[in-house]
Amino acid sequence: MTSAVSIEALTKSYGKLEAVRGISFEIGSGEVFGLLGPNGAGKTTTVEILEGYRKRDGGTVRVLGEDPERAGTEWRQRIGVVLQSSAVYTTLTVREMLALFAGYYRKPRPVDEVIELVGLMEKRNTRIKSLSGGQARRLDLGLALVGDPELIFLDEPTTGFDPGARRAAWATIRALRSLGKTILLTTHYLEEAEQLSDRVAVLREGRIVAHGRPADLMGRSRGAEIRYLRDGEEVVVKTDEPTRTLHELTAQALDAGVELEGLEVRRPTLEDVYLSLTEQDDETVLS
Amino acid sequence: MRLFFHELKGEQLLYWRSREAAFFTFIFPLLLYVLVSAFYTGDIYGQPAGRVLLAGLLGYGAATTSFAGIAIFLVIRRENGVLKRLRATPLPPAMYIAALLGSTLLVFAIEAAAMIGLARVTYHVGVPDRLGSLALSLLLGAAAFAALGIAMAAAIRSAEGASAVVNLVVLPMAFLSGSFGPTRHFPHVLRAIADVLPLTYLVRLVRSAIVFDQPIWHEPGAIGVVAGWGLVGLVLAVWAFRWEPSESG
Repeated sequence: MTSAVSIEALTKSYGKLEAVRGISFEIGSGEVFGLLGPNGAGKTTTVEILEGYRKRDGGTVRVLGEDPERAGTEWRQRIGVVLQSSAVYTTLTVREMLALFAGYYRKPRPVDEVIELVGLMEKRNTRIKSLSGGQARRLDLGLALVGDPELIFLDEPTTGFDPGARRAAWATIRALRSLGKTILLTTHYLEEAEQLSDRVAVLREGRIVAHGRPADLMGRSRGAEIRYLRDGEEVVVKTDEPTRTLHELTAQALDAGVELEGLEVRRPTLEDVYLSLTEQDDETVLS
Repeated sequence: MRLFFHELKGEQLLYWRSREAAFFTFIFPLLLYVLVSAFYTGDIYGQPAGRVLLAGLLGYGAATTSFAGIAIFLVIRRENGVLKRLRATPLPPAMYIAALLGSTLLVFAIEAAAMIGLARVTYHVGVPDRLGSLALSLLLGAAAFAALGIAMAAAIRSAEGASAVVNLVVLPMAFLSGSFGPTRHFPHVLRAIADVLPLTYLVRLVRSAIVFDQPIWHEPGAIGVVAGWGLVGLVLAVWAFRWEPSESG
């Protein structure tokens, strides 16, 4: 697997604030990589270093074989960018804006195809200032795709979307993946990372605290939770051996002739793992 | 070159779509010409008022189209993130600035032609004989003000205030430099300020071509002052240019 992005011991500080404290990861060509973490964890700083906006303090960075700090317009032909906030000319129509950006690239995708792909067909002749926030965000995605890049950076592409719009954006991102594009996605929505990413890295305070396939991350945490009601109060039993514990519990209940109201066995979700990893005071998880 | 013309076309579309910019930097100088010419009839210091005011308003046009227009566009685009976004495209930054300048000069050329035509129709001011010197003077002025406009953009922190701040500079400068009428009766202090303003010298250059039918090199001092301001603007522009929005809060 050739890597589209590789980062080794990357560091970046703003004055006294150490935003990124030595992170390393690789993104394979054609992979969707999710960078997860709460606000201020260093996601955007990392992505903006990869996009060539910021100079790093230390470490090595390679994006499509080049150092983004020195990369030129040829390199920019091959990347697509969705910034954290929408950046568009509000007086143009959707189609005019995409056509303007398409002209910057040597081999752009046909503008109407891009409009279709991001689901703005009905709005193609609408002035951008009258788009909704979600529609403007889809236009941002379209602008990132119009140059037909190999590598696409999506910095919180669906923040502020309603659930329907989010699912539509996911479908678009999956379509890009099936075209063989490499995608770096930052998000603080776990479900999004879980749905879209081949691998994720969880950032916390400028460090990677977990790294792997979403399923592996979930598998990392021990055991399961068994919940039921006793005299109207919820009882939670945490166990590494759910089969045995459940058997014992139900056996006791049968002997006593009582019903375990609201009985539920739950595997931890990625959300539980994420919360335990990003919890500020939970030092044990770090080690 | 294809990329330059593509971006120039885009800039033209953006300019004429932005009604506020098109009004203040294109229509407004024409409107002011009609207004001040109606106010001053006859002569200004022995010269026909229509001609003197045409020179003044062409100078004001250069300042407002080039300086105010570019400063306001750049601030708005920087603050809404478009400049930052453009940096991630293969459009070279120098090409972007060149196209913005080219577009501005094109708008100003149309405006100057319209004003000369307007002067002819309404005040029977003949088309100036020294068209070459006039064009060179206006090009020099517009280029100098463009550099100053790019520098000014760096000093403005919010898109909301851009128009107000820029006009706070342009309008008093235009009054003091004699764009809108005679200034010899102004208090000494104001005339001393006017003596260092670039627009004063641009108006002098333009007046030399339009009113006195002199070639541009007849006023080397004025050329020097306008070019000097342009260079100061250029150095400040390169030094202070920002692609990214100002930090909020």
